[in-house]
Amino acid sequence: MTDLIERPGTESFDHHGGHDEVHHDNHDHHGPSGLLKWLTSTDHKVIGINYTVTSVLMMVLGGALAEVIRAQLVSPTSTLVSFAQYNQLFTMHGSIMIYLFAGPFAFAGLANYLVPLQVGAPDMAFPRLNALSYWLYLGGTISMLLSFFATGGPAAFGWVGYAPLTSAVNAPGVGPDLWIGALMLTGFSAIFSGVNLVATIFYLRAPGMTLFRMPIFTWNMLVTGILILLAFPVLTAALVMLYCDRHFGTHIFEVQGGGVPLLWQHMFWFWGHPEVYILALPFFGMVSEVIPVFSKKPMFGYKGMVFATLTIAALSLGVWAHHMFTTGAVLLPFFSIMSLLIAVPTGIKIFNWIGTMWKGQVEYTSAMLFAVGFVITFLIGGITGIYLASPPLDFFTHDTYFVVAHFHSVVMALVIGAMAGIYFWGPKITGYKLHEGWGKAQFWTLFIGTQLFTFPLYWVGLKGMPRRMAVYPNNPSWQALNQWATVGAILIGISTLLFVINVLVSWRKPIPAGDNPWDANSLEWFTTSPPPHHNFLSLPKIRSERPTWDYNHPDYPALGHGKHAGAETQEKANA
Amino acid sequence: MTSRRAALLAVIAPLVLAGCQLPTFGANHGATKGGTESFKLWQGFSVTAIIIGGFTFLLILWAAFRYRRRGDSIPRQTQYNIPLELIYTIIPILVVIGLFAATVVVENQVVSNPTPNATVDVTAFQWGWKFVYPGQNVVVVGQTTQDPTMVLPVGENVRIDLRSSDVVHGFYVPKLNFSRFAQPGLLNVFTFNIDQPGIYTGQCSQLCGLYHSLMYFQIKAVSPAAYQSWLSANALSPAQAAAAAAATASQASSGIPVKPAQTNYGVK
Ligand code: HEM
Ligand SMILES: [Cu+2]
Ligand SMILES: [Cu+2]
Repeated sequence: MTDLIERPGTESFDHHGGHDEVHHDNHDHHGPSGLLKWLTSTDHKVIGINYTVTSVLMMVLGGALAEVIRAQLVSPTSTLVSFAQYNQLFTMHGSIMIYLFAGPFAFAGLANYLVPLQVGAPDMAFPRLNALSYWLYLGGTISMLLSFFATGGPAAFGWVGYAPLTSAVNAPGVGPDLWIGALMLTGFSAIFSGVNLVATIFYLRAPGMTLFRMPIFTWNMLVTGILILLAFPVLTAALVMLYCDRHFGTHIFEVQGGGVPLLWQHMFWFWGHPEVYILALPFFGMVSEVIPVFSKKPMFGYKGMVFATLTIAALSLGVWAHHMFTTGAVLLPFFSIMSLLIAVPTGIKIFNWIGTMWKGQVEYTSAMLFAVGFVITFLIGGITGIYLASPPLDFFTHDTYFVVAHFHSVVMALVIGAMAGIYFWGPKITGYKLHEGWGKAQFWTLFIGTQLFTFPLYWVGLKGMPRRMAVYPNNPSWQALNQWATVGAILIGISTLLFVINVLVSWRKPIPAGDNPWDANSLEWFTTSPPPHHNFLSLPKIRSERPTWDYNHPDYPALGHGKHAGAETQEKANA
Repeated sequence: MTSRRAALLAVIAPLVLAGCQLPTFGANHGATKGGTESFKLWQGFSVTAIIIGGFTFLLILWAAFRYRRRGDSIPRQTQYNIPLELIYTIIPILVVIGLFAATVVVENQVVSNPTPNATVDVTAFQWGWKFVYPGQNVVVVGQTTQDPTMVLPVGENVRIDLRSSDVVHGFYVPKLNFSRFAQPGLLNVFTFNIDQPGIYTGQCSQLCGLYHSLMYFQIKAVSPAAYQSWLSANALSPAQAAAAAAATASQASSGIPVKPAQTNYGVK
């Protein structure tokens, strides 16, 4: 095991001695083969793929539940599902999407696969802990899925589970316990992923890979890892307390006996708001890799980007009570200004992405289309979030469809960003490209569907439609907007089908990708597709934040080497 | 013009001055003083959002179309432009300070509690509302299929003492541009002043269990004289009123089977 965490050699090109590598690869694993090998694997790439596949399946399941929600809401008095089933549907939709898809996909799926590659390491710092993370996550996923079959049904108190609706009296049965179990297991899994990310990035960087030469994706994963370590233990602790309330007669979140229901909201959101950035930062990182490559320029404002990420993370720990403005029990101005301020570093990121495309040669592969779609959709979600940071405005939008629309602009941007990541790194992971035509069809249905889905919801929320309504019999005038939203949701569903078709088509007629199909920047593109067991046969000299590009473009000075690099390269480009 | 209002105008002067002529941007006008101020704040935010968001959106589109690939040459490898980066850091900070200042002014008005002319004790329960008019011997209870109606005087300060007898609920009246949680073990007090007579539908906004979707209520705003006569016409004997005010949720009548309240927390 020791050689798993060994640093790759020096700046030499033959780290493991060239062609012997194949043998090296094999003698490392005399033990099990086949299924058992896969089950016992501690290779970050295998674990990363396991995470990615499981979480994408969860996204499809969560999306299917959402389609049922949208089908129910096409009529004000629909009886497609019962009141009880409706509450279970949105609870499971939200829970599956947040706990089982968005987070694990981002900070444990692609990140697991990419971070060691991007810093030039042979694996994660703690490969066995990494495997444990995945199995805990799978256990949590199974626990959540089993709750569908529990007597009394799955949890029905929303993904935020506000006390005391979660008490043994108000939410009896095994379903809620399985929900708690799922969150605890995935919570521990997240904490271990965080430990691994931080340790890997701090200790396993290849020689020459200074902090300020790390790709933005890796930077964002470092900050995500730190946020995970700060936030997730609080949620896990709150869940333990909740479990004790339900089963061991404590009264931590119950008024009876002296408890404080509001405490749950504080603990939940102390995790929940940083969680928003734990979800978002990895996707910011993904598009920050995609946009420079397809604009054929370096990341504009690289250091500003890092600074913005750090600022977002710091602020995100002090804004949790903006989810609690209407409780009447929090200091409004403090949480308002902190929340408004987050708009500043977020804006910096958006301008930096624009700056990267500016005067570039923007090439619209599917990955780039998804990346630009991400920026636009995220801009909409970010702008509408500013309203919610203002307490008087939150007073009449809180718990309405305005909020549902706001955070779906954000989370659908993440889904679009996930697709950018899959189209961009898929070739690295499998060795084959996805089909571009199907990819573009998928992009347009997903992008248009997303806007068609969210815009009517902003509107109907402002008209006063609260969220989590199974029916709206008193307000038939809300019906048309709801139907438009459902059309959008159907388009999103179609885009998922197109994605599945694309995967199948690309499987049947593989398009070999080669090692570096996009003329990309970071180290993962220096090795083979897919990379060998310990990732690198050799490493290039790392002199800037895009070592692979430097290696492939020896005529250009590395970034930061020579003050007038821009002017020099310009001359060369013209020559 | 109060100094508060002057401060607000100074911050987003042109936008708020034009307040009345601006579109609603989807929001309700707000039938209370605080609600109207919130509505104007909404307009101010919307104008700012459209200017900044629209500008950014156009920049994205420009970059996306103008610089699409035209050949194989490698563009100039620009990486930094410090003055530009400073500009798009400092301008947003100034905008945020402006939005915050306007927010604080409106917020102080919305959450202020001037001396009330009328008070209603509101208790939310699964799944309905109980309105007790203290000292008036008037109690209104209703749930699910029978929405209770809260009669209030127009143009007077109305104080609501909001509680919950079981889980968290949300007291939300869209047309008044206001909502507040009803929470077990916590008393929430707020005051508003409705400026036009009419019927304003309210609804529970926070998920509270099975029949959350059906937890409606009505606010009927009438002239102070009509309010007084409504109070006397509906007054119970003190003993009856005390019993009704103390009754638990399960004793209210309803067409839909209602889960009996298993817990009746002693609300502080
Ligand atoms: C196919 C795309 C999607 C559709 C059509 C959709 C639809 C909906 C709808 C209509 C609701 C509101 C239900 C209600 O309040 O009654 C909802 C809630 C929610 N959605 Fe989605 N959604 C989609 C994707 C996502 C994604 C990708 C995420 C997260 C990554 C997500 C997270 C949530 C959460 C957290 C809630 C709140 C659940 C609750 O109120 O407890 N959704 N969704
Ligand atoms: Cu938040
Ligand atoms: Cu409710």
